[in-house]
Amino acid sequence: MDALFLNQLFNGASLASLYLLAALGLALSFGLMRVINMAHGEMLMLGGYLAWMTLLAVPGALGIILAIPVAFIGAAAMGGLIQSTLIRRLSARPLDTLLATWGVSLILQQGARDLFGAVGVEVRAPEWLTGNFVLAGVTLPSARLFIILIAALVLGGLALLLLKTRIGLLVRAVNQDRMMASASGIDVRRVDFTVFCLGSGVAGLAGVMLALLGPVTPNVGQSYIIPAFLVVVMGGLGSIVGTTASAIILGLFAALAQIFVDVSVAQMLLLVFVILFIQVRPQGVIAVKTRQLDA
Amino acid sequence: MIRSKLLVLATSVCALALASCSGGGGNTGAPAGDTVSVGVLQSLTGTMAISEITVKNAEMLAIEEINAAGGVMGKKINALVEDGASDPSTFAQKASKLIESDGVSTVFGGWTSASRKAMLPVFERTKNLLWYPVQFEGNECSPNIMYSGAQPNQQALPALEWAVAQGHKSFFLVGSDYVYPRTANLILKKHIEKQGMKVLGEAYVPLGGTDFSGVIAKIAQAKPAIIINTLNGDSNVAFFKQLQAAGISTKTMPVMSFSIGEQEAQAMGASLVEGSYAAWNYFQSLPGDANAKFIAAYKAKFGKDAAITDPMVHGYLDVYAWKAAVEKAKSFDPDAVRKAAATLGGFDSPMGKVSFAANQSLVQKAYIGKLKADGQFEIIADSGKDIAPEPYDGLAFPGKTCKL
Repeated sequence: MDALFLNQLFNGASLASLYLLAALGLALSFGLMRVINMAHGEMLMLGGYLAWMTLLAVPGALGIILAIPVAFIGAAAMGGLIQSTLIRRLSARPLDTLLATWGVSLILQQGARDLFGAVGVEVRAPEWLTGNFVLAGVTLPSARLFIILIAALVLGGLALLLLKTRIGLLVRAVNQDRMMASASGIDVRRVDFTVFCLGSGVAGLAGVMLALLGPVTPNVGQSYIIPAFLVVVMGGLGSIVGTTASAIILGLFAALAQIFVDVSVAQMLLLVFVILFIQVRPQGVIAVKTRQLDA
Repeated sequence: MIRSKLLVLATSVCALALASCSGGGGNTGAPAGDTVSVGVLQSLTGTMAISEITVKNAEMLAIEEINAAGGVMGKKINALVEDGASDPSTFAQKASKLIESDGVSTVFGGWTSASRKAMLPVFERTKNLLWYPVQFEGNECSPNIMYSGAQPNQQALPALEWAVAQGHKSFFLVGSDYVYPRTANLILKKHIEKQGMKVLGEAYVPLGGTDFSGVIAKIAQAKPAIIINTLNGDSNVAFFKQLQAAGISTKTMPVMSFSIGEQEAQAMGASLVEGSYAAWNYFQSLPGDANAKFIAAYKAKFGKDAAITDPMVHGYLDVYAWKAAVEKAKSFDPDAVRKAAATLGGFDSPMGKVSFAANQSLVQKAYIGKLKADGQFEIIADSGKDIAPEPYDGLAFPGKTCKL
């Protein structure tokens, strides 16, 4: 066990956290509504810019803490706007939804370019997030520990929401059988809306985490949207457990592959890995039993 | 029936397009009217925008100054600005549009080698001329490009020489994954190995990439004496940020960058990169009246906080070199202009007197700078004399020479 391997295990965990935060929203909307949201990456971008603006208004340690709810609410509101104006109207036509959300993605990128400039902005993390801990020869940057912590909290919160609350019950009901849920009086469209806002909000939160590691640019979402889709595809439809498991597998795979190859090759291997995996297990890591899939 | 009609229509459209192309290809000799059009083609969006927008500004400044002073051979310059969008194929399309639809006499622009490589066939096909302002990896030599940025022997090798003189004997090479960093590092590796020193690792990240966790873990394990950084654009922000977060300080492990200038340092926050090194042919802190005059003119137009970088100065002097060459050739014809440019002799620039060699690359000095907290470089070493450009490194590309 050399230090590089241990280091990459840790980096894999932090990468997995980023993948998970980026993929959770996609998994929710895809699992529930079969909507492929191409503008999901821009929710990450929005979260990054919101974090930057929050830190401009409130510098220092409090700023980054405050940025988390600000980015969540801001991205959730934008997600709600897109869902209610566009996706809801196109929901019966998946291909049109795909194209329309892709258009939204381009508009949002250009909007960010016009508003904030083509050059990226930089979020200055507070002191306590720029340091690091050294444990058994492995350097653990605080920012990455923070990201892992936030991902765990979000995952826990989401699990509680889905399993213990009434809205969670409704979401699970719609996920299992949309028609029957609707027939028993559940406002399916409202559930769709709520889930979409929630998913976008989580992506906004992921944007804050990305801002801790690099610059926030108009196309920052693009570099995480492909891994996020891979996580969803490999995880299995609409399964939070499956999404989490596949985020961890892919995060570790990407990080460990980097010991031997360059980052660009590692990304390609990631794609090959997922393709091979779904050959063996087409239903993904965890298969959710739904009436829709049976039909 | 409809299908065959469509086919006829499509064929005639193609034929028309071909005819107009071949007709438009050579219309660059004598511009009509009292203006001459030139193209300014840089990335105004995308990952390279951080570096290229200011090069566009500098090129536009030169054009405005020349227009204010009466233009070129009595003609005002009409600059057509296009956005390459940090995407090589967009660069090629826009170059082709500028030359074939807009009929420009010449084009100033490009930054990444990928963008230059994509534009090269367009300039060769249309027999037009590109003025390329950025340092690059060499191993290329085309009659249709004027290379004013540094060749490897004017930037990378002087930087290596300096590092060795400081006693650094082991290296780690980090770069964006495309032609410039790969080729520059190939050349560096040959020279490092020839001198009996070690390359402890080499890592590449996609252009615009922000995940450096693996790269930094490798650096931490290899413990090189110095890191050679050929990352481009805003990947640098992520790299230095994550380097700092991993507890690697530029004070204990120096970083020598080939693509970070004053402007990039300012945009990244100088505190992030303070104490790191860069090799260029120009620094804003260079003494001299010509430089002071250029800086003042640029700041008057783009704000007093604007930073000046090496590629900006090369972009600026390219426009003046083109003007001088046109006037010497008494023609706007690209072929006559490039021949005149290579025989101009010394002309004035913010870097001092420079000249183009017969291989259409610039003869210039090399400087090593150390970044200070205020975002300016302190010049700590220089090559002393002018260095003649060598597009083909003797060790990496033996036997290859530049034939124009």
